Amino acid sequence: MFLAPSLTGTLIFYGIPLFDVARRSFCDAMGKRFVGLSVFWKLLGNQAFQLALYNTIRYELICLPLLLCLSLLMALLVWELKTVSGSVRALVLPLSLPAASMVLVWQIFLCREGVLDQLLGWLTGRVWERDWTDGPWAFGVLVATYLWKNAGYDMLLWLSGLRAIPDQLYEAAKIDGAGRREQFCYITMPCLKGTAGLVLMLSLASSFQVFREAFLLSGSYPHESIYLFQHLFNHWFVEMDVQKMCGAAFMMLMAGAAGYGAVLRCADWSRSAGPGKPRDRGHLGMSGWAKRRSIRWRG
Amino acid sequence: MERIKRTLIGLTCRSVLTALSLFIWIPVLLLVSASFMPKDELLYRYAHPLGMGAKAVHASLLPVYLTLEGYIQILLRSRGFFVMFWNSCLQVGALVMGQMAVGIFGAWAFARYTFPGKKKLFDVYILLMLLPFQVTEVSAYLVLDRLKILDTHLAVILPGIWSAFPVFIMSRFFEAIPQAMLEAARLDGAGELSLLIKVGIPVGKPGIVTAWMLGFFESWNNMERPLAYLKEPSLWPLSLYLSRIRGEQGAAAFAACVIAMLPPVLFFLNGQEELEQGIFLDGIKE
Repeated sequence: MFLAPSLTGTLIFYGIPLFDVARRSFCDAMGKRFVGLSVFWKLLGNQAFQLALYNTIRYELICLPLLLCLSLLMALLVWELKTVSGSVRALVLPLSLPAASMVLVWQIFLCREGVLDQLLGWLTGRVWERDWTDGPWAFGVLVATYLWKNAGYDMLLWLSGLRAIPDQLYEAAKIDGAGRREQFCYITMPCLKGTAGLVLMLSLASSFQVFREAFLLSGSYPHESIYLFQHLFNHWFVEMDVQKMCGAAFMMLMAGAAGYGAVLRCADWSRSAGPGKPRDRGHLGMSGWAKRRSIRWRG
Repeated sequence: MERIKRTLIGLTCRSVLTALSLFIWIPVLLLVSASFMPKDELLYRYAHPLGMGAKAVHASLLPVYLTLEGYIQILLRSRGFFVMFWNSCLQVGALVMGQMAVGIFGAWAFARYTFPGKKKLFDVYILLMLLPFQVTEVSAYLVLDRLKILDTHLAVILPGIWSAFPVFIMSRFFEAIPQAMLEAARLDGAGELSLLIKVGIPVGKPGIVTAWMLGFFESWNNMERPLAYLKEPSLWPLSLYLSRIRGEQGAAAFAACVIAMLPPVLFFLNGQEELEQGIFLDGIKE
């Protein structure tokens, strides 16, 4: 009953469109006649589609592990120092900064003879005259802006995972003579598994927003190294090429559903097999240690 | 020996974090300082990024002398900016309010009740959250067209309200509320609705604030949706306007950028404590 308002709207604005997408992707351009799989074959042969697919996958495969590692590292450093508030203020801020505001600054850094060129010139003693927003290195720029924006928030997520690990585990390990490295490998890492899935999921959701940076920095026809799905869809949308969009969207939907299903299965498996159950601990019945920990943190 | 090692580790941690913070802050400081620069200084320093000639950049964290020229120009002499600023406020405000109104109930239902197909349905929500906007772009366009709200503020607001993201975030926080607490309230004769209002919302407040803030950042930053559903430039939000002011208006561009990031930054500083909780609720007072 509580769900009703949420569900109705979701059905209208997402459910119906998704079914519509599914229907159209099997029909001809007018959306009337059934044409089977021909839309998909046409798409798979489309060069722009291949490029966008390749780039998007490459982007995700490079960005997500980098982001996860970097933010975990930051979280461990902050955890080591036990001073949270200040670092939060300093490190999470980019999350709130709109891409449109920052783009001018990025251009200061990245344009020909910009700050980055000068810095490199100073370091290497050569003259750099490179426009970083155009060319194969634009991909690196994209990855960098994504990391810049999201590392801080992911660090917070990791920190909350770290906080959920009971102290007793560490104490017991110390008594058993475990060093710092053993503690990290056998307690911290396994206990963070649940958090890792969560961070990965939220990062994946935010990774699609990087299109804004790409669009603002390099326009709607960027260098081919950063020609993402979103660019492709944008062009199709301008041409109102409904059929192609629906076909591609349906493929993405299916890929997403399949991927998500696979991840769920893996997660279930690891939860039943692995020793740590950080998620459950994070949830219910906060006992003494959590309170102690959070009090110590605030103070 | 042990103590020296400790301090060494502490020092390294601190220096790495400081370096990272610098890395994050320098661009922001650069932007803020540029917004206080007079026009001729901007022309000398940032002509290229502003699109006024390909001269080398002379970056500086401090202006030669401070001026409010840019702010005055953008706030008093340009109508466009104000219109778009209020467009943004209206769209984002209504969107986030709606998200909360709808999302709190949805999240509460997912977190605290069992009903057939709940897990499947929640998985669908998560999938919706993960899918990029472009997947439903064109079909949602057709729906909006059917509802005759294309090219109105509602075209941006309504689909945004039913984003799955806040439901996901808030339900995680609501799940963490101890069952005993709810049982106690039930014994005191609280109805299901007052259970949510009296217990769920106060205790799950960090989650609500977190969802609120993330929703705000996201929609304040949103460009895809207005770009797709709003043809009329007078309805555009700030994010689209900012990407277009260069050239002659360029001197004020930095000031406009700073003003545009003020609302989210202020919210961030206010809600930072809740955001810090991350995604696990803890430290519940029982």
